[in-house]
Amino acid sequence: MADRTRIKRVGLFAGIVVVVALAIVGIVALLLNISERKREARNPFVRVVNVDEVTTDPAVWGKNWPMEFDSYQRTADVTHTKFGGSGGSEALPQEKIDRDPWLKRMFAGYAFSIDYRDRRGHAYMLYDQERTERVTKKPQPGACIHCHASAAPTWRRVGLEAEGKTLSDAPSGFDWPHVMAGFKKMSAMTYTEAHAELLKTPDGSPEETTPGPGGSSVTAKTPANADGLPKGAPTTREALAAHVGEAHPVACIDCHNPETMQLRVTRPGFMNGIQALADSSEPVPHIPSIQRWRDGGKKKPYDPNTDATRQEMRSFVCGQCHVEYYCGPKVTLFFPWNNGLKVEQIEAYYDNYKFPDGHRFYDYQHAETGAEVLKAQHPEFELWSQGIHARSGVACADCHMPYQRVGAQKVSDHWVRSPLLNINRACQTCHRFPESEIKDRVEAIQGRNFALLQRSGKALMDLIDAVVSAKKGGATPDQLHDALELQRKAQWRLDFVAAENSMGFHASQETARILAESIDYARQGEMAARRIGGPNAK
Amino acid sequence: MLRLLNWYTLLVAVLVGILAGVGLFTFGYAEGLSYFSTDPAACVNCHIMRDEYDSWQKASHHTAAKCIDCHLPHSLIPKYMAKAENGWNHSKGFTLQNFHEPIMIKPHNGAILQENCLACHEAMVHQLVAGVTTDKDAVSCVHCHRGVGHGQ
Repeated sequence: MADRTRIKRVGLFAGIVVVVALAIVGIVALLLNISERKREARNPFVRVVNVDEVTTDPAVWGKNWPMEFDSYQRTADVTHTKFGGSGGSEALPQEKIDRDPWLKRMFAGYAFSIDYRDRRGHAYMLYDQERTERVTKKPQPGACIHCHASAAPTWRRVGLEAEGKTLSDAPSGFDWPHVMAGFKKMSAMTYTEAHAELLKTPDGSPEETTPGPGGSSVTAKTPANADGLPKGAPTTREALAAHVGEAHPVACIDCHNPETMQLRVTRPGFMNGIQALADSSEPVPHIPSIQRWRDGGKKKPYDPNTDATRQEMRSFVCGQCHVEYYCGPKVTLFFPWNNGLKVEQIEAYYDNYKFPDGHRFYDYQHAETGAEVLKAQHPEFELWSQGIHARSGVACADCHMPYQRVGAQKVSDHWVRSPLLNINRACQTCHRFPESEIKDRVEAIQGRNFALLQRSGKALMDLIDAVVSAKKGGATPDQLHDALELQRKAQWRLDFVAAENSMGFHASQETARILAESIDYARQGEMAARRIGGPNAK
Repeated sequence: MLRLLNWYTLLVAVLVGILAGVGLFTFGYAEGLSYFSTDPAACVNCHIMRDEYDSWQKASHHTAAKCIDCHLPHSLIPKYMAKAENGWNHSKGFTLQNFHEPIMIKPHNGAILQENCLACHEAMVHQLVAGVTTDKDAVSCVHCHRGVGHGQ
């Protein structure tokens, strides 16, 4: 009996010991967890390497800012939403032009009819440009580099070299005068020459790095080493002989000051464009710093890097490229913002713009009708400017690079992507509805825009049919004049919405207005062409 | 036999002592006492509420109400029940890092909030809300007046 009591006692005590020991383990684990969370709350930023005005290599910056760099690298990931994205292919994405056949006919006579694909992430901007048949099959101007590469140090070097200096003579800071000079010089080069210049500029990395998915790959065929180039054109390999760095797609240095990390704009096109916009009298309620500058007597030219608010800069850095522009080769790249940012203001600017040869501005002549038409690029900044989000002070980065919590730090997500892939951080910070509800609302807006877009495409095709038929009937260019002018107007509006990357979401009322005008002009043009008649007209 | 029992007792006593010591230290280190105070700084002991705390300092109710004036019931027992429930949920979420972001108020806490709006403003709005806070279609002051407490 005594033995059994003893065993019971021993068991009881052992049980208590185990329970208490486990409790201690739990509390110590909690203690360490609390300690870890407290450590998170301290800012762990350490500048382990120096970055300066030539450090285009984002991997170098990534050593100092690993969280931002981690998300930046994810722009190489394949993503897609209902209306945007790039299928699932690892090679070049799907042909946009095969899905909407009217696109191909609209672009007849222009390089976009050769090769026009869905967009991919920032990491691919240079890689894809080196490989698209628009560049490999048609000579393109060096101005294309403006937005597809991290080019400011190259512009600065070219600008300095034009004065017989080298990069080491560069004054401290960004050195706008030489950047502008180099930009003008490189815009006048061919794409091949400009690309070779990029490779000659050091990228700030201590050793030659293997290019990532978006970096310039030197083994694959690029326009610079493709067969059949004019004699004497430098090949990529030759350029590489003198090369100490790599070319990079958009990188940290393009939007951040390497000294202070502050946002800044570095693209000459935007600088000139926003100054022209500020100089105009167009109201820009979504950019209050421009109004303040106008009210302040316009003493110095408007400078976004000193005049704009931090919140405005969170859109301006994107507006350096996600805009409408003319890229050359007839004149240096420019943003057509002198009258304002609306579709008809840009059109009016183009209509009044004369090329050096005296001819009215146009992008290409339509192969079937002969109309001198305009090509819209990707006017995201312009369309966002007309929308409710811009008017409410919401910047591009608020939705496309929303803040995320990493430990205790608030970090902008540098995986720039569709907000629909990140609804909770992109939308729910302001819109407290379930994710599915938000997604449905967005897709309702986009679906309506898509339907109108298809209708506009159909209307334009009918206009082109009518013109082609009138031409067959013997109509003269004089007789066709009105119909062709209306094609220019209709097509400009249609393309403005089709090329813009939000399927109407950035300003849905505005895109509906634009497409309604497009359909109206297309039908007016169709009637004008049908009225001509002629001996063989149907 | 007695000697053996004493040894056991000693071991348990030592362990319970360690437990109490580590437990108390952890409680102190985690600023456990602050949670019995009314100080808003206690709500940013963990950094998740930092945005709410910062924007509360800029918002219109800054001088009129602290965190607990809106987010906890005003009578003693319900107040400590809500403190215990939210304290448990927040500690669990923060320790395991498995909560939805952006953080959003849940219906139960939303009802407490609404009652606290009325606690001060009822004389002004009694005809609007008719005192109903439990119905899911009930008028919620912060549905429109979102920014009065804090921006987010």
